[in-house]
Amino acid sequence: MAHDHEHEHSELGEQELRVRALQSVLSQKGYIDPAALDVLIDTYQTKIGPRNGARVVARAWIDPTFRKWLLEDATAAIASLGYTGRQGEHMVALENTESRHNMVVCTLCSCYPWPVLGLPPTWYKSAPYRARAVRDPRGVLADFGIRLPESTEIRVWDSTAEVRYLVVPRRPAGAEGLSEEELAALVTRDSMIGTGLPKTPERRA
Amino acid sequence: MTYRSHADLGGKSGYGRVVPEPEGELFHAAWEAQALALTLAMGATGAWNLDMGRSARETLPDYARLSYYAIWIEALEKMLIDRDLVGKDEVTAGRMLHPPRTVARVLRAADVPAALAKGAPTQRVAATPARFAVGDEVRTLRTAAPHHTRLPGYARGKIGRIERVHGAHVFPDTHAQGLGEQPQWLYTVVFDGRELWGDDVARGLSVSIDAWEPYLESRA
Repeated sequence: MAHDHEHEHSELGEQELRVRALQSVLSQKGYIDPAALDVLIDTYQTKIGPRNGARVVARAWIDPTFRKWLLEDATAAIASLGYTGRQGEHMVALENTESRHNMVVCTLCSCYPWPVLGLPPTWYKSAPYRARAVRDPRGVLADFGIRLPESTEIRVWDSTAEVRYLVVPRRPAGAEGLSEEELAALVTRDSMIGTGLPKTPERRA
Repeated sequence: MTYRSHADLGGKSGYGRVVPEPEGELFHAAWEAQALALTLAMGATGAWNLDMGRSARETLPDYARLSYYAIWIEALEKMLIDRDLVGKDEVTAGRMLHPPRTVARVLRAADVPAALAKGAPTQRVAATPARFAVGDEVRTLRTAAPHHTRLPGYARGKIGRIERVHGAHVFPDTHAQGLGEQPQWLYTVVFDGRELWGDDVARGLSVSIDAWEPYLESRA
């Protein structure tokens, strides 16, 4: 085990050096602005992430006009909250209902709605999820500790083009009287991919 | 040489369980963040397009063995070397040894927010009317394309139904080969789970793909 760990460690070091070397070459050649790299990383670490999508969902839960707009023209409705651009140019919102649960995957690579969810989690990009989601979504849900009634239809959306999908989960029971902000806090990233459910009000802490 | 994608994983067995991950966990090493940023910044130069990038990644012989961002770095190096933007000797040396080539654009730090907010829409004005309408039954192509394509293997030669019409979009099959955007109508096509996987699949499953018109023919 100690040996394995050491091996892994030295490989990481190797990769670190390799990327650093490539960055030096590209920057010396004038192809990249090193300061732009920092802005790109900071954007996805601190500005663009799943809290954006949670605000979209919470708005849809409390505002029937917005909900209707979101389901008819998600790109425009989401843009009205300030979320636009790269990997979210063509958005479609998918509403979960009592009889239907939606799940989103990209079996061919890792297409994901960046403006509303940020960068995809490791499992979304991994072979197990990409292989199984289209064939055994209930098995995948079980890996996330979710069990849906047998009567619920499951619809899997394979993102094979530049259309990006956002799942609008069902509003949990007992969430009446919560503010939009409190509702957004119930919306998990996984619930907007379709591999999870929102938190319930008692468990929001 | 035949084209082989190692990324077409839908429906394949033997991969084990999915391991959930907390929301805040984005990168597992500092180099992963650098790999992301370098790939985005080089993509912004216009030296290649999105579909060429995907094609470079999915054809890496080591695809299955590499972690996600390792795939990105490997493909980035390959595209840079193939286009003579960087020499193999420079990758090894970690410094510039030959004069740079000209790139169309350089993404400056100040322009990053606007560039990300603008994105790169792929919808184009359609040159022809759509061949299919919502509700139409279609059959997908039976044979594998000898180049980059976005029709997954599990959905080849299957009967489905047009559910949404998205307008005309850049066609990845030609775009990836440097043959231009050649926009084609794009549809969401939905399949019954049993059509894809046979009768032993759980009831109540349907799966959709987004498919460009050349991937489809009328069922009749």
